[in-house]
Amino acid sequence: MYKIVEKKVLSKDIKLLGVVAPHVTFNAKAGNFIIVIPDEKGERIPLTIYDWNKEKGILYMVFQEIGLSTIKLGKLNVGDDVFAVAGPFGHHFHSEKYGNTVVVGGGVGVPAIYPIARQLRQDGNKVTSIIGYRTKDMVVLEDEMRAVSDELKIATNDGSHGQKGFVTDVLQQMIDKGDKIDLVVAVGPVVMMKAVSDLTKKYSLKTIVSLNAMMVDATGMCGGCRVTVGGEVKFSCVDGPDFDGHKVDFEQLTSRLSAYKDEEKHSLNHNCNLNPGIKAASDGRK
Amino acid sequence: MEENKIPKAKRPRVAVRQQEPQIRVNNFNEVPFGYNEEEAVAEAERCIQCKNPTCILGCPVNINIKEFIRRIAVRDFKGAIDTIKNDNSLPAVCGRVCPQEEQCESTCVMLKTKNPINIGSLERFAADWEAANLKQEATVITKRLGRDGKLIKIAVAGAGPAGLTLAGDLVKMGYSPVVFEAMHIAGGVLVYGIPEFRLPKAIVQREVDYLQKIGVEFQLNVVIGKSYTIDDLKKQGFKAVFIGVGAGTPMFLGIPGENLKGVYSANEYLTRINAMKGYLFPEYDTPVRVGKKVAVVGAGNVAMDSARWSKRLPGVEESHIIYRRSDAEMPARKEEIERAHEEGVIFNLLTNPVEVLGDENGWVKGIKCIKMELGEPDSSGRRKPIPVPGSEFVIELDTIIPALGTKANKLLTSDVPGLKLTKWGNIEVDPETGATSIPGVYAGGDITTGSATVIAAMGAGRKSAKAIAKYLEELES
Repeated sequence: MYKIVEKKVLSKDIKLLGVVAPHVTFNAKAGNFIIVIPDEKGERIPLTIYDWNKEKGILYMVFQEIGLSTIKLGKLNVGDDVFAVAGPFGHHFHSEKYGNTVVVGGGVGVPAIYPIARQLRQDGNKVTSIIGYRTKDMVVLEDEMRAVSDELKIATNDGSHGQKGFVTDVLQQMIDKGDKIDLVVAVGPVVMMKAVSDLTKKYSLKTIVSLNAMMVDATGMCGGCRVTVGGEVKFSCVDGPDFDGHKVDFEQLTSRLSAYKDEEKHSLNHNCNLNPGIKAASDGRK
Repeated sequence: MEENKIPKAKRPRVAVRQQEPQIRVNNFNEVPFGYNEEEAVAEAERCIQCKNPTCILGCPVNINIKEFIRRIAVRDFKGAIDTIKNDNSLPAVCGRVCPQEEQCESTCVMLKTKNPINIGSLERFAADWEAANLKQEATVITKRLGRDGKLIKIAVAGAGPAGLTLAGDLVKMGYSPVVFEAMHIAGGVLVYGIPEFRLPKAIVQREVDYLQKIGVEFQLNVVIGKSYTIDDLKKQGFKAVFIGVGAGTPMFLGIPGENLKGVYSANEYLTRINAMKGYLFPEYDTPVRVGKKVAVVGAGNVAMDSARWSKRLPGVEESHIIYRRSDAEMPARKEEIERAHEEGVIFNLLTNPVEVLGDENGWVKGIKCIKMELGEPDSSGRRKPIPVPGSEFVIELDTIIPALGTKANKLLTSDVPGLKLTKWGNIEVDPETGATSIPGVYAGGDITTGSATVIAAMGAGRKSAKAIAKYLEELES
């Protein structure tokens, strides 16, 4: 059991929890992820580590309520316990001095790129961050991202905040302007990571993506998170989660991520019928 | 009670009552009921109490089998379980999952009459009798202190059979073991791998509870090598480390289409169902999608477990085994193969998969196989399967489960300076002590041997416990 000591509602369906998990913060680094089980009947879900305080042993996670497990997590409050928090898992982000770096975050990918941007900057890189959202109401962590970036660019699909368009439009403008780019890091929905990788491939810009494959144990034991990278099968939990964006088979990843669509609906409905609190939370985020 | 006049050698084994196949495929309960007191005594009375009991040598942890059987025969059931527990801290587990026919029972002199004593069922009886009749009591153990006046702590990576046995032994000697487990439950393969209907999880939990009561500390959700490195553990004051993290990484078929949705490694399939209780979805949140027709590729114990689980899941109409060799070469226990047959598992032998076929949405729709025939014996001594040209055919399926064994998981071992590995990536150890190339660091179980048995891992845990105690005595004196 891991005590929640902080909670913030960042947008209608994106929340931050701070939990006491010194075993995770002890060696946590940018790009690592954790496995969280909301309650004793819950699933093991992977979440990227957003931030941590090693001295106090507090781990911060940010998640979007997209299904039963994240809705269950979002219902917990300060003083409640999370059933299980395990980690840190995966190779951490390999940061060094690259020069001019662009970190791209889409929606719930923003909390995942935050520690990466911070690390790159600490290591002496110029960091330009591009963060994109559907609309103004969904913008999260803008100030936090600004604090760890040399320059922050915002895009919304409908133009209600920042520039109108996609993160790839902003990146294309930078390329067109002739900005020197030594490394691109992109984290977000698969369609976004694919779009960024397709774009940068044309200009041979090195691009790292962090994959959010479905996982169970996260220790390399089950292989549920396998992805094809450069024609080879890799386990995203132990070989990743970071991979060369130009080599990832995004189509396969998208397909595998959809495997439990029906079961996810079924399980959410089942719980909504049992628990009015979950039903309210589920309806509230729509 | 009337004395049995039939000579011992002529009495058949006392049959173990079990759930009928058509009933058990509709529930998740254990298949054999186990002996009751009368049955156990009758079976124990068949034992001729050899002067030189070869059964004991056949047991990897050398339980005093002769003596515990004698105790059952005279109805001293407590004496029986105490005798077993001198050498085996998990008798309820071993009585159920040990391959006795290859170990103790294979060396029983009664084998000559084709009726070896059913040692496994007697061990299970003694353990279950204890659970039903005695309260689990925690004896107070005096803790040893080191030269610094503090508890002598030993870090154990992995709460599987090796780690649990080692921790139990060390705590009884007065040491202070702390077991770190990456998953949210202790038990390792006993909880994620072995099915509920072969080893009820409540039995494993009872053993873990007992260890906790006698002073073993468990830290779940902690991954050694990630949360803390071996070096971190030493800095935190652990005087020795034992690595018992299991074999780990599943092997896949290496054929086209195996990343389609509906292909699970046996590890993933069993973990979803067992450890995450996917068989109780949606009461539990972890789903497992199986469809109507399921095939397991392979014929070891894990393959049988997967095929037999499939028979029990709602909606499954056909459960297949696909195996490239013949009946005689199947590596699973005979008992498991028999039970799979009884439950209606369809065996496709001398059949080798060549391609997984998918539909337009990326789901498995079948598997293309080729017929095989047996040629000359290969390096394993088994006749080598050779494809029959032009014999390709398709089995329509919804789910495919490769159960092809595992290879060494590098999660922990890849990052330990000075730790010597074998060419297969397993940790190199002294087989007598489990000592690795790093002083104070020991290892045992599948991470040192590759996939083996629960009892072999327990035996390794026992040996390392003794070796660690000796190492610590020298260190702390």
